[in-house]
Order: sequence, then C-alpha cells, then structure tokens
Amino acid sequence: MTSARPSGLAAGVFALLIVLFLASFADARRLAHKRAGEQAVRAALAAKLQLTDLALFTEARYTRHLSLADLHSAAQDHPLSLEHFPSGSLIPPPAHLRSHAPLDRQATLPD
Amino acid sequence: MRLWIAKQRYLIDFTLASLARRKTKNIGLVLVFALLVFALASVTLLTSALRQEAARVLADSPEVLLQRMVAGRHDLIPPGYIERIGRIRGVQQVEGRLWGYYYDAVVKANYTFQVSRENPPPPGRIVVGPGLARFRGVQTGNVLSFRSYSGKLFTFTVDAVLPAESELVSADLVLLNEADFRAFFDYPAGHFTDIALSVANPQEVRTVATKLAAALPDSRPILREEVLRTYQSIFDWREGIALALLSAAILAFAILAWDKASGLSAEEKREIGILKAIGWETGDVIRMKLWESMLVALAAFLIGYLAAYVHVFHFSAALFAPVLKGWAVLYPSFTLLPAIDGLQIATLLFFTVFPYAVAVLVPIWRAAITDPDAVMRG
Repeated sequence: MTSARPSGLAAGVFALLIVLFLASFADARRLAHKRAGEQAVRAALAAKLQLTDLALFTEARYTRHLSLADLHSAAQDHPLSLEHFPSGSLIPPPAHLRSHAPLDRQATLPD
Repeated sequence: MRLWIAKQRYLIDFTLASLARRKTKNIGLVLVFALLVFALASVTLLTSALRQEAARVLADSPEVLLQRMVAGRHDLIPPGYIERIGRIRGVQQVEGRLWGYYYDAVVKANYTFQVSRENPPPPGRIVVGPGLARFRGVQTGNVLSFRSYSGKLFTFTVDAVLPAESELVSADLVLLNEADFRAFFDYPAGHFTDIALSVANPQEVRTVATKLAAALPDSRPILREEVLRTYQSIFDWREGIALALLSAAILAFAILAWDKASGLSAEEKREIGILKAIGWETGDVIRMKLWESMLVALAAFLIGYLAAYVHVFHFSAALFAPVLKGWAVLYPSFTLLPAIDGLQIATLLFFTVFPYAVAVLVPIWRAAITDPDAVMRG
C-alpha cells in the first residue's frame, strides 16, 4: 500500500539515479584500466618521436604545436593580422607565454 | 525519529502531488536544468581527462627544446649550434629535430612532416598517422603524392600506418627519413628545425636553460615543465568561447530559476494561504517548498551528470567535436581515460543545486508569514 505513495516512487527513482551516479565512478575505473594500454601506446610513441603536443587542433601551426607557439603568434602574418582561428578562442595562450621564465633577462650577454 | 521521517514523507507526498499538478512546467524545468548541468559537466569531464592525458602522454617529451628566433619568427638552427650546445656543462644529449608543416591542397588539411630518428622508413617510404590514413583512404602499400613547396611532385609509398590508439598525438603525422625530408622541403644541409636536449641532473634544467640563452642569445629554450604547464591550463574555463556560450546559458537559466523560485504564481500563493488556513505552520510550508526545490535540482543534477559522463567517455564528447575541430580538416578520433575530479563534481553540485534550493526560501518565507486571508485574496 505504501509503495503506491508518491514519496515511495520518488525514493525509487532517486535510488536508481544515485546507484547510476555511483556506478559511473566504478565504470570510470573499469574504463581507465581497459584504456591504460592505449595510453601507454601514445606515451611510448610521444617519447620515441620526441613529440611535444597533442594533435587536437591541426588548423594553425600555433594551435597544432601549442607549446612551441612563438611570442608573435597572434600577429603572425603581419602586424594587424589578429588571431582568427576558432580554436585560438577556445584555448588560452601557452603557459610559457603568460608566465615566461625571463631566461633571456637573467642571462648575461657574452663579450 | 520515526515520527520525523513519517512527517517528511507526507511533506514529500504533498510536494510531488503539487508538482504533478503543473507537470509540463516542472518537467520542462528539470530538463532545462539537466541540460545546463550536462553542458557544464561535459566541459569539466573532458578538460580534466585531457589534462591528465597530456600530463601522462607528454611526460617524456624533450627536457629542453631550443628554438632560434629571427625577427620574432621561429627560424632554422644553423650549423654549429649543436656543437656549441654540447660544450655547455650539464647538457647530456643534444639532437637536432627535423619537422615541418605541409598543407595538402587536395583535401585542404595540414600535416606535420617529421623525421623519425629511430627506425626511419626506407627511402621513398613514409609512415603516416591514423587520422591522415583514414582521411586520405590509404593503407600500407598504397602510394601518396605530395607537391613540395618547390613545385616538384614527390611520390611516397606508405610503409606503415601508426597504431590507431596513438591518434591523439599522431593523427596528422607523416614520418620519413632525413634524406627524403631534406629533399622534399629543400632543407639546407646541416640545418635543423629545433634542438631537443636532455640535462644530466633534472635539478639543473633551469640553470642549463639560462646558460643556453646566454650562449645563444637568439635562441628560445622551452622547458618540458612549460610544455606540461601549457596543457594543464588547456581549455582554461575562465577563457574562451566555451565559457562565453555557457555563461549566456547559465544566465538564461538563472533568470528562469529566479523567476520560478522567487516570483510565486498566484496559484502557489493561494495554495500557501489555504495550507496556512487549514493549520499548517510556517516551518511546514518552508520545508515543503525546500523539498520541492531539492527534488527538482537533485534530479536535474543527476540526470545531467550521467548524460555528460556517457557523452564524454562513451561517445568521445561527440557533441563538442565540431567546436574543437574549428577550421581543421583532420580531427583525431580518440577515447580518453576517465579522470573524474571529485572536487570538481562537488563544486558543480554545489553551484547548481544549492543556489536553486536557496532561491526559493525568501519568497516562500514572505508568503508563509503573511496572513492567510491576505495571501488568498492576492
């Protein structure tokens, strides 16, 4: 009789959702275990070929090799050629351009 | 305790019956709310998985990369640089890298040509990335022709296709041997694209980089930690179009939620008036409405999060592909290792469920403390 009450029904629905929510963590562990081998293939290839970047955005050289982007990427073709590739608006400038270690300033110029 | 539970159950029964009376409106609200959670959770899950992926995959990338800059542009490393770098104390291994970009006008895609140092393909043969192979429809043994920048046509035989699992790092790669690379790009002898070097003592990487910058003032050293840091901040959620679009969606939802939660409809006000008139206490009315907002918000969160999980890890974030792809023709097909950050999920839960649950409190309290007669008359 009580199971026909709306609160019982809601409890059932929420119990199911919470079980699925917890199951997503278990599934994540399962997938991580299953896909670890694929990641190892990527890591091995990156180490072998000395790769520095993910091939996520192939549209421009400074998005293909994000970490190698030079300091003038935004105005790459002429001084007023501003960033126009879509992926450039999805990703922030490389970390070393934002907090670049001022190695050139620390260095003393040779005689 | 039992009494308390029984009371809450009756409150929930009443709340659900009340929600069911405005079925379409409330189902719509849960769906829109779930859609917002789905978008936010998808971005969160995808970015945290990509960050972890980059950290693991690029962990063995070159310790220091040295580029040469001329007039603000990346330029070729002339002969003699490698020998000079080799003489710097602390530098263990120096290797000139040869790579470059090629625009394939046939399919309007950009490729990365690179010389493979270990096991280079024999002359006239290339190893291609799985993305390129799929896109050009080639397999081992097929022939690919590229018109070089000098106008000459070069024909290569595909020696092998890189493993499909490596697509995230190799989709657009074309590996070839040094002689073919130099001939294809008309690369001057003794010149390199950049220099990869390793340092004997990892603690000394910065010192060595400083020495490099001093010895070769026109060079720019890029440290491995900078490469990794670049990918740690990839898709920084504070920046970019993703947030601009999402913030509009969040704002629209905030207005909807605020309207729903704060502006009580005449019908709801009448309901509260009647409840008060038949003897409900202010606390009971508030509790009932709190249950209502909690049920709506929690259901939306759970549905939205589960959909996002399936979308990102079982369907490779397919809905985001057109956005990530941009103008690029080649886009890697990849599966990511799930990396769920508990704190991020808790933050998402807090920022979606909590504000909605709290937003209902003030108007309900205001209506609940007013004289039932006045409330019912509106």
